[in-house]
Amino acid sequence: MSFPWANEYKPSHPLMQWMDQKLPLPRLVYNAIGAGYPVPRNLNYMWNFGVLAGFCLVLQIVTGIVLAMHYAAHESVAFNSVEHIMRDVNWGWLMRYAHANGASAFFVVIYIHIFRGFYFGSYKAPREMVWLLGVVIFLLMMATAFMGYVLPWGQMSFWGAQVITGLFGAIPLVGEPLQHWLLGGFAPGNAALNRFFSLHYLLPFVIAAVVVLHIWALHIPGSSNPTGVEVKSESDTVPFHPYYTAKDGFGLAVFLLLYCAVLFFAPNMLGHPDNYIPANPMQTPAHIVPEWYFWPFYAILRAFTVDIFFIPAKLMGVLAMFGAILVWFFLPWLDKSPVRSGHYRPLYRKFFWFGLIPAMLVLFWCGGAPAEEPYVMLSQLAALYYFAHFLLIIPIVSSIERPDPLPFSITEAVLGQDEKSALGQTEPSAA
Amino acid sequence: MIRILSILVGLFFSLALLWSFGTGAVTVMSEGQFKAPTAEHDFHKHPKALRLASDGAFGRFDRQQLQRGFQVYKEVCAACHSLNLVAFRDLAQLGYNEDEVKAIAAGFEIPVYDKHTGEVASHPGLPTDRFPPVPYAGMGSPPDLSLIAKARHDGAAYTYSLLTGYQDQPAELLRKFPDARTPEGLHYNPYFANLNLAMAPPLTGEGQVTYSDGTKASVDQMAKDVSAFLVWTAEPKLDKRRQTGWPVLGFLLFASVLAYLAYRNVWAGKKH
Repeated sequence: MSFPWANEYKPSHPLMQWMDQKLPLPRLVYNAIGAGYPVPRNLNYMWNFGVLAGFCLVLQIVTGIVLAMHYAAHESVAFNSVEHIMRDVNWGWLMRYAHANGASAFFVVIYIHIFRGFYFGSYKAPREMVWLLGVVIFLLMMATAFMGYVLPWGQMSFWGAQVITGLFGAIPLVGEPLQHWLLGGFAPGNAALNRFFSLHYLLPFVIAAVVVLHIWALHIPGSSNPTGVEVKSESDTVPFHPYYTAKDGFGLAVFLLLYCAVLFFAPNMLGHPDNYIPANPMQTPAHIVPEWYFWPFYAILRAFTVDIFFIPAKLMGVLAMFGAILVWFFLPWLDKSPVRSGHYRPLYRKFFWFGLIPAMLVLFWCGGAPAEEPYVMLSQLAALYYFAHFLLIIPIVSSIERPDPLPFSITEAVLGQDEKSALGQTEPSAA
Repeated sequence: MIRILSILVGLFFSLALLWSFGTGAVTVMSEGQFKAPTAEHDFHKHPKALRLASDGAFGRFDRQQLQRGFQVYKEVCAACHSLNLVAFRDLAQLGYNEDEVKAIAAGFEIPVYDKHTGEVASHPGLPTDRFPPVPYAGMGSPPDLSLIAKARHDGAAYTYSLLTGYQDQPAELLRKFPDARTPEGLHYNPYFANLNLAMAPPLTGEGQVTYSDGTKASVDQMAKDVSAFLVWTAEPKLDKRRQTGWPVLGFLLFASVLAYLAYRNVWAGKKH
């Protein structure tokens, strides 16, 4: 795609001209994340998080490759090889903490990115494919993170693997054989550790490939923006470079500041102490909890406590947990409101801020708490709202809501003037 | 079509959750409480406050204290607890010189298994060796202590509280939970998760060790020192991490300011 006014790539150096004829890779980059990609001029800081997510992926791959050079995926030495990295490998502690906290940072960024999408209706036509690929990336991230957490072979690694693969055991008829097939045994052991390591190394590259598709699909219609009004003219856009490279550079610096503060001064804050105890199949931890980024879905899993007719409670929980993410796939077709941005949807906005966000926070809190009252009852109410929000409220609200008047264009929203006078005032885009 | 389906699925999940919630609510109402009280819940104590030199963003290990803590480990804890992630060479970080490290290492016998005969021989430790395994035949299973400060909530405060927290079982506990009497061979300690601990009080009285720096070896002091030492064994790179962290944060703060100014400069005159 591009808008007709997009800058054209014109290499001036003979080498770059030669390159452009043989393999127009610089042209691709120029058009994808350079001056050749016109972007709405009114993006706010919520639009920084896509670039940050990409940065986190690279960070995880780089630190992960270094860690894999020193790690040994065998049940007898895995735990000690991680401690070898922490103690004996030069700067190994930095690599390992950067990777472990990098996973958390990645999820913080991706949750903000996803909820940005919810609020501003980024999933709506013509960007459904961008959204679908994004949900695929999120699922791949969850699988990757789960398997990565198993690798240090601590108590939570082992018992987490036991619980999560046990979810597949809840599937009728094929459940148990499926669980054994996934683990390569009756319980997590060396076979499971080896395949998780192999897949943990593979999946990030699959994610990278889907990220390419995600960005490709994004570039067909171009980026959305906080008004939700599509780009109409040149004055609505600025070239990605230098405008958004500069803004993303600032965002990246602030992100790194926060990330490094945790990395250097509280690197175990987000982990569980039990994972510093070597895996012991004979001793179950008092509370088995996954990493914090799984808590909302873990809470949904545990919220179903009664059998529904022939469906056991555990299977209901498993269905609901996967359903809680799968429902995002249908969002573009559940939300029929032609208005994208929550800024112009008074009713939807209320449900977002006073329904979805609190429900998500309660699920977060309950997912990390022990499976006892009152946490279970709270998570049941929050899960109830969660499903109602996507499956009942969004379809109904989008039919009955009366949106606020939209600005005519992005330019008008920014300058408060109509298109013609705005066009007369703006200078031509910088090259 | 898809919206009708979604509403049906949504109603199904919602009703299942309402039903679950109702069942839970009925149970809670009929019992009149969220959870039956247990001795562990009512009498377990949060660790006491402990202030160590290595705490906080500007903390640094107090090597003198680490040496004292090592002495407590060696003379008391090492009878039952191993320290298998720590090498003798690491002790140089506590301020011991090369000869002292060699002498400490030589004080430990390192078991060597003959691959062919399976027989166990041993040799005196070298600085490159790690602390040897500790054979233990008593009740319970003493954990390796290398990572204990990171493997327990509240780390050093927990070990300190545990070491100084032994006491008789409170009469109130026995009144409320007559079945919760500490079993024979276990020891009551409110800082331990299930209150009853196999480990007998290891620090029994003043002067159990004799500190070479003249510090008075009270139980409290020994517990503090060994807890500080275990923070070091759990994370020997702690000082280096913080020393690295400050310049990194300083640089990033500077970079953020520059990046912000660059952003303002690029966007100057461009309303957005």
